[in-house]
Amino acid sequence: MSKLEIKDLHASVSTDSGDSEILRGVSLTVESGTTSAIMGPNGSGKSTLAYVLAGHPKYTVTSGTVTLDGQDVLGMSVDERARAGLFLAMQYPVEIPGVSVSNFLRTSITSLRGEAPKLRTWTKDMKEAMSELQMDPAFASRNVNEGFSGGEKKRHEILQLGLMEPKIAILDETDSGLDVDALKVVSEGVNRFQQKTNAGVLLITHYTRILKYIEPDVVHVFIDGRIVETGGPELANSLEADGYERFSAAKA
Amino acid sequence: MSAVATAPAKDLAPKILSRDPGAFEIPKGREEEWRYTPIRKIADFFVPQSWGSVGAVPSPFVNIVEPDDPRLSTTWMPTDRVSAVAFAGVKKVVLITIPADHIVEESIVVNLVGEMLNNYAHIEVQVGKFSRSQIVIIHDSAANVSGSIVTEVGDQAELTLLSVLDAEAPLKQHWNWTTNVGRDSRFLGLSISLGGEVVRMVPTVNYRAPGGSAEMLGAFLLEGDQYQEHRILVNHTEPHCVSNVVYKGALSGQGAHSVWVGDVLVRREAIGIQTYELNRNLLLNDGPRADSVPNLELETGDVVSAGHASATGRFDDEQLFYLQSRGIPESIARQLVVRGFFVDVLNRVNDRSLRKNLMERIEMRLGMVTHD
Repeated sequence: MSKLEIKDLHASVSTDSGDSEILRGVSLTVESGTTSAIMGPNGSGKSTLAYVLAGHPKYTVTSGTVTLDGQDVLGMSVDERARAGLFLAMQYPVEIPGVSVSNFLRTSITSLRGEAPKLRTWTKDMKEAMSELQMDPAFASRNVNEGFSGGEKKRHEILQLGLMEPKIAILDETDSGLDVDALKVVSEGVNRFQQKTNAGVLLITHYTRILKYIEPDVVHVFIDGRIVETGGPELANSLEADGYERFSAAKA
Repeated sequence: MSAVATAPAKDLAPKILSRDPGAFEIPKGREEEWRYTPIRKIADFFVPQSWGSVGAVPSPFVNIVEPDDPRLSTTWMPTDRVSAVAFAGVKKVVLITIPADHIVEESIVVNLVGEMLNNYAHIEVQVGKFSRSQIVIIHDSAANVSGSIVTEVGDQAELTLLSVLDAEAPLKQHWNWTTNVGRDSRFLGLSISLGGEVVRMVPTVNYRAPGGSAEMLGAFLLEGDQYQEHRILVNHTEPHCVSNVVYKGALSGQGAHSVWVGDVLVRREAIGIQTYELNRNLLLNDGPRADSVPNLELETGDVVSAGHASATGRFDDEQLFYLQSRGIPESIARQLVVRGFFVDVLNRVNDRSLRKNLMERIEMRLGMVTHD
């Protein structure tokens, strides 16, 4: 059993006009085998939460704590967080020219496990994981995210999720930019991963669409840098019907 | 010899061709081709000195000959003061000969060794028609050298010429590298230059006849206080030829300075040619400076394609974040990115073990630059 605990997390970003606070006291818990959804309008800071948890250097945590099974996550470097069992599927994964997908994945798995995977089983594992996501085997020899379509980028993120087997997976708008067929393939990938590993999933999304394929246990509504309401899957349905206006109005 | 020939007065083309150092002015630093170079640091290179000569171990393809040996080119002429001084002062010439129709599968490795701390050098590469070979020139990693490499690629021959300079000491080297490409021949010049206090490489490609193809690829790596200049001239005088220039540089540390100048001249008679040149520089941190100057001078519009691109960018922290977020430690992530940056140049080295060796040399350097 693993547990990611976020308590009263505040974070800011430096801009030309001074520091701007984006997270204003976030508290939530994600446990193994559960799926939490964070839903919020554009600019609410929900993607910032994902980046802060992964340790992006652009953001400064000003107060609060984040622990994974009691260990202080905020004191870890970006790669240490990954090795501790955190994974962030990114909304806009960056291109890395000249580095092939297979070389990248192998280097990552080697770093995560502390030893290089056996070549024969590794090739087989990678091929299987790719075919489950309906990816062409030629994909492995392409450069990381270079010239990938939106759908290919997201499949590649979920491919990594399946191979790296983190304890807690944060999916940052993995559904955005996907057509319905690709959304199904990607969602099935997430569900397969969770069934196999019993990991905890924190799903950040703008739309309710993906929640038809990945069922959340808990839904948090995220407005203006904090969680304003928490409920069950039915909360997502009311957001689908009414949008975020009622929360924005409450804030004003 | 003191003959002075004057080339057509084109802006980019060398104006004086002579073996007499006196035919050239000593550069003052204001001249276009010397404006970036720290010429005070190589002032000795412009005035005749009693320096040693660079040699190599003779082998079936490699001979050490006198500068007046009748087998050497009589038409080659220095195009600047520094190479005229070097040729006037050199006592021996490394002559590499691939006979016509010879297919040499193994790389021919030539280790250049200077007799003294300061040396002149002259390398001549004669590649016979219909031959195919790969020649690797390993420069002396601990000597100052001023010299020329003169390469004649025979008709329909295929030559890969790889130059590796992996400077161990803060040395100074200046190389004029002239390649004459024959009819339908294919030339691949690969220049790998790591470190050095002042390194100036001046490759020139001339075409002897139609149908020739020349690729000039380079990879360079500089750390603090090092200077490298790569000044390329491709002189398209013949129809239906191809040129492709790709240079990639990575720079690290305060004071590192690279200069890349890519001059491509397409003469009126050079119809139906294809030319492309690209320079990319990667600044690994704040402090280094990379100048990049592509020039394309077209005298005819009747070409298949002509283009150039140049970009200098900072090390991308988003790439680093992405790799680290997958558990990869920062030092390895940096290595991956920089290896990826160079891979399209290094992948052109056909010899597997050599390619691995070059990657290791770069990685050793990166080990030095990434942990500071």
